[in-house]
This record gives sequence, structure tokens and C-alpha cells, in this order.
Amino acid sequence: MDLFEYQAKELFAEYGVPVQRCRVAASPEEAREIAAVFAAEGSPVTVVKAQVKVGGRGKAGGVKLANGPDETEEKARQILGMDINGHTVHKVLIACASDIAQEYYLSYLLDRSARTFVAICSVQGGVEIEEVAHTSPESVARIPVDPLAGVDAAKAAEIVSAGGLPPEAAAQAAVLAERLWAVFADEDATLVEVNPMALTDQGEVLAIDGKVSLDDNAAFRQQHARFADTEGADPLESRARAKHLNYVKLDGQVGIIGNGAGLVMSTLDVVAYAGEAFGGVRPANFLDIGGGASAQVMADGLEIVLSDPSVRSVLVNVFGGITSCDAVANGIVAAIGMLGARGEQVSHPIVVRLDGNNAAEGRRILAEAGIGVVEQVATMDDAARRAAELAAAAATGA
Amino acid sequence: MAIFLTGHSRVIVQGITGSEGRRHGTRMLAAGTQVVGGTNPRKAGQTVDLGGTEVPVFATTAEAMAATGADVSVVFVPPAGTKDAVIEAIDASMPLVIVITEGIPVHDTAIFWAYASAKGNATRIVGPNCPGIASPGKSNAGIIPADITTEGRLGLVSKSGTLTYQMMYELRDIGFSTAVGIGGDPVIGTTHIDCLRAFAEDPETDAIVMIGEIGGDAEERAAAFIERNVTKPVVAYVAGFTAPEGKTMGHAGAIISGSAGTAQAKKEALEKAGVRVGRTPSGTAELVREIMRSR
Repeated sequence: MDLFEYQAKELFAEYGVPVQRCRVAASPEEAREIAAVFAAEGSPVTVVKAQVKVGGRGKAGGVKLANGPDETEEKARQILGMDINGHTVHKVLIACASDIAQEYYLSYLLDRSARTFVAICSVQGGVEIEEVAHTSPESVARIPVDPLAGVDAAKAAEIVSAGGLPPEAAAQAAVLAERLWAVFADEDATLVEVNPMALTDQGEVLAIDGKVSLDDNAAFRQQHARFADTEGADPLESRARAKHLNYVKLDGQVGIIGNGAGLVMSTLDVVAYAGEAFGGVRPANFLDIGGGASAQVMADGLEIVLSDPSVRSVLVNVFGGITSCDAVANGIVAAIGMLGARGEQVSHPIVVRLDGNNAAEGRRILAEAGIGVVEQVATMDDAARRAAELAAAAATGA
Repeated sequence: MAIFLTGHSRVIVQGITGSEGRRHGTRMLAAGTQVVGGTNPRKAGQTVDLGGTEVPVFATTAEAMAATGADVSVVFVPPAGTKDAVIEAIDASMPLVIVITEGIPVHDTAIFWAYASAKGNATRIVGPNCPGIASPGKSNAGIIPADITTEGRLGLVSKSGTLTYQMMYELRDIGFSTAVGIGGDPVIGTTHIDCLRAFAEDPETDAIVMIGEIGGDAEERAAAFIERNVTKPVVAYVAGFTAPEGKTMGHAGAIISGSAGTAQAKKEALEKAGVRVGRTPSGTAELVREIMRSR
């Protein structure tokens, strides 16, 4: 899960990583109140920053300087509701403006290929680090961090020194780096980034902007649910998550249900290839129902997939490994029955391909159930073609 | 001879008394695997019934190894306890540890990998979040169904469980020496390259099937390795051409970040290294058949 800047800064503050005074606002009026408080404290100049989980907000006009409560309210009104690279702005962060003397870069992230963590530090901050790495690679230091040792004061000093930070910033930056490691390690983050990390005219080192990605697998030992994004998330994805289903909404017309992440990804591809012959029909979603496809899981899955108004047909592609196909077939029959009993009669065609463990029995169960909308196809390729064909036919009203 | 797992392998299950450990312990035993025991510190000294065969439960991996001569451990311990279980196996110098558990925090995996490295990598780790290893007709350690394929001369390495099964089933007419599911997490122990190297050296493997998916650059690095080191034919399949950027597709590691980790980039890197890449699983199986026919 990626955090908004304001959430990242909340975490930073909890761990003693120095940040500017700032508060988040959901309305222009709220922005005004925050600016009034800051002004009363002697900081009338604010920065109003769009809260979106996408880059390029500065260029898109999502960051504005304001002087006093009136202007802060006005700028917040301009930014709230703005569309930035496909993301709607629901909140703005109001921060006390700092007089920035220099901008640096610092992050910790997972290095997948080295199977360890790495610190990245540079004296050039405030711009995309990939760009700096491209134009002046010598100014970007990559320092491996041993997961067993972590980052202590000495390691933090090494990181800051490798990044080439000047003496006037180094000591404070090292303290920030040590505390930022605590955020990374203790919160089970896969990325923490401070860009820019700034030296102000007053000689303070601050995290001006922050990015944090948290590991969903660590949910069992973290309180990350408080960061869940209810407004920005796709409503179908939110519903699926509540039912513990692994669902990703896509933009096509063929609903996909399968078992195992790799097989489902492959099914999306095969449907997209097959769809080329039918006017560019594409997969509508990714849904992995996992190993044990019980009737309940199948019903939940079918319900979510069928709630997507762009879905015209559904493809159920299951390879029975551990799960035997008779259980899957019973799941499909029961699921359609459950939905029907709730008054949600299934009307879209459902193409089913069962293969592997006990496939013959599974196919027999489905055939004998005699469900009109269910059509069985023997291979993955043929099933994908048929599902694409049915989706195209439904779309044209044929 | 197969790689990593042979008919001589003596297997224990860490977490054998849990429902998954017991269920798959029973299935492994039925598939002909020498399952010689398991661990659970709270039930040491007891036995556990695996479909009619009683096997002993030990307090620790070290005790299990001393008593049974085990050289492979399969880990079914839940995510919160997996790191400690793997570290216990490393401390016992277990030669091969296969971590089936899904949903382990990546910090835990990074820690146990660093721990294994600090001990000189005397323990080979496969996984986590993987289906395990199957050497058909010899041994089966993990959750790969034993009856979907046959013994033969193909080697298979894959990030995905169900695609492994799909491919083993598609190519059941040719059969496999060993199939290794390396897992779909961002950090894994044994990599595509480790398996490619082992298959290249295995006299009982004639050709290699490699299955990858979006995320990371393991396939690109495997391609570079193949170009330099592998003379046996390699056929590949990559899943996730239609996956959108920035979304995790089921596996924690299956995510395209910016322009990195796309299926297209992986396919191009593999083809540049002389690897034939199938468009679909069935198309990939067909490429393998062509190669095996022309031998």
C-alpha cells in the first residue's frame, strides 16, 4: 500500500524525522482555518499541496504558494477536485513554507535482485532521482544495508557522506537517516523516500516531501489499516478486499475468475489475444480465488465480477492442482444457485474450463446441473476464444 | 538424477501437526516421498498420522535431523512464525529448506536470506510462497500434485504454482526430471539462474522450460545467464502482458513499477538470448514438443 504524503509525514513525525509544521484539509474552509492557526503562530506563508499517489503534481499545478488564510483558501479551492494524471484530488496538505537553501535526496528500498535493502543518497534532490542517476550518476550513492545490522549512527553517517552532503547538513541528515531507517524497518515498509530533504536558511534539515510504501503481507503485525484509502480506491476492488478476494479492476468486457496468480495473469493475456479477432475485446478484471475454491468463494467472486457493468461474459479458468475439479464444479453450481436465490439471476454467459485433478467428474457435475448460462470448453485457448466471442456478441446486441 | 530433490532425499515437515502440514505430509508420502518426521516444539515425542503411517514429531529441526538423517525440510509454518522456523533450519545446517508459506513480510524474508548468506549459504532455500519441488517418480516436496505428469527429461523452473501445474500437465507426454517452483515473492532464495545452472549440469535433463511473470528483473538476468552458460535448449513463457502498471497481480512480487518489470521487456531479453518464448501456455508446450521431436 502506498501512502499519501500527509500520511507519510504523520509516520515520519511519530519516529522523530523532522518535518515542516503541516496539516491536511479536505475543504477550502478547513484549509483557511489551518492557515489562520499557522499565521497566528507567526508563519503566514503556506504551501498548498495536492494529495495524490502519482508523480508530476507540481507540473500539473497541484502545488501552490499562498500568503495568509485568504490566499490559502483560494489556492485550496483551485486544487481540490483537480484531476492529476487520472487521480482526483480529495485532500490538500497545508504546510508552513520553509526558506530552502539546498535540496538533497534520501531513501531506503528493497533491492530485489540483491535480495537485500539499499540506501540511496544524493546531494542533488528535489528532482526525479532516476533523472539524476541518468545525468550525473556519480552524485547518486547506493549503499547496501544488511537487514541483520540495520542502520545505526555510524551507518547513517556513512550513507550521508557517500551521498556527498556538505558539512553544514551532514550531522542533522545522519540523524534523520537513522530515524528514517526506523520507519522503514519497524513499519515493514518496502520504500521510504525523502525528496527533497532540505537544508533551510535557518540551518535545519527537514523532510519536505515524503513517499512511503508499506508491505501488505505485514498487516498481521502492523496497524496499517488506518491508512486505507477509501475515496481513491475502486469501489469493486474495495468490496472484493472486504471479502478477502484478490481482485484488480481492468478496463475490458470479459470477467475472469481463476486459481493461482500466474494462471490468472496468463488467462488475461490469452483472452486479450483471442479478443483481437473480436473487435478488441479485453479482460475486465484479475480475480484469483486461490487454491480451495469453495462454493462461498466462487459465489463471492462471481458476484463481484458480475457487478462490473462493463462485463459481457465471464471466463472461469481452473486448473485443479490440489483442489479437485469436482469441488470447483460444485462451487460454480452452488454459487449460481445462491445468487439466484438472492434474486440476482445470472444472465451473462459463463464459459468454464476445468482441467487437471478430477476434471472428468467436474465436467460431469456441471453438465448434469444443466445451467443455461454455463458453457463448458475443453482447453484454455478455446475457452478464451469463446468467452471473447460471447462478450463481443453481447456488446453488439447480436 | 534430478536436481535438488532425489529418491534418496529424506524429508521432514516443519509445522507437521498443523492442518496444511498434515494434509500435504500425507500427500507427499503417498507420492513416494520419504517423509521421515516433522517438528512442533509443543508436541515433541508424539507421532502424527499421515494417512495410516505414523511419523515422529521432534522439538527442533536439529533433533529431527539427528534422529532421522533428514536432508530436506518443507516449511508449512504460518507467516508470523516462518522467519524463526527458517532460521532454526539454517542453524541446524539443513541442506535444503523449501518454504511453502504464503504472505510472509518481505523484511522477514530479507532477514532469513541475510542470515543464510552470513552462514555461507550452506542451506539452499527455495521459496517462500512457492509450491515446492517435484522430481516425478522419485520424490515430491511441497504441494505440487503428484499425479498430473510423468517422469521424463524436461526441467521446469517457475515463479507460479498453477502455471507450473498447467505446464507439467500439458507436457505429461514428455515428462519431467524435476520441476522447481521458486515462488512469486519479491525476495526469494533459489532463483531462475540457480535452477538453470543445475539443470544445465544434470545429465537426466535434456531441455529446460522456464516460466516467468511481471515484476523485478529475474527473467532478464536469467536471459543473460542462458546466453553465456546454457547450451541445452530453453523454452520460456512469461505471464502478465495485459497487467496494468502499479497494480499487484496476486503474487506480492508481480507488479510493474514505472516501465520496469514488463512482460514485453522480459520476452525481448529472453529472445535476444536465443530462448524461444511461447505466446500462451499451450503454444509454449508446442515449442517444447518441436524441440524434443527434432532431437
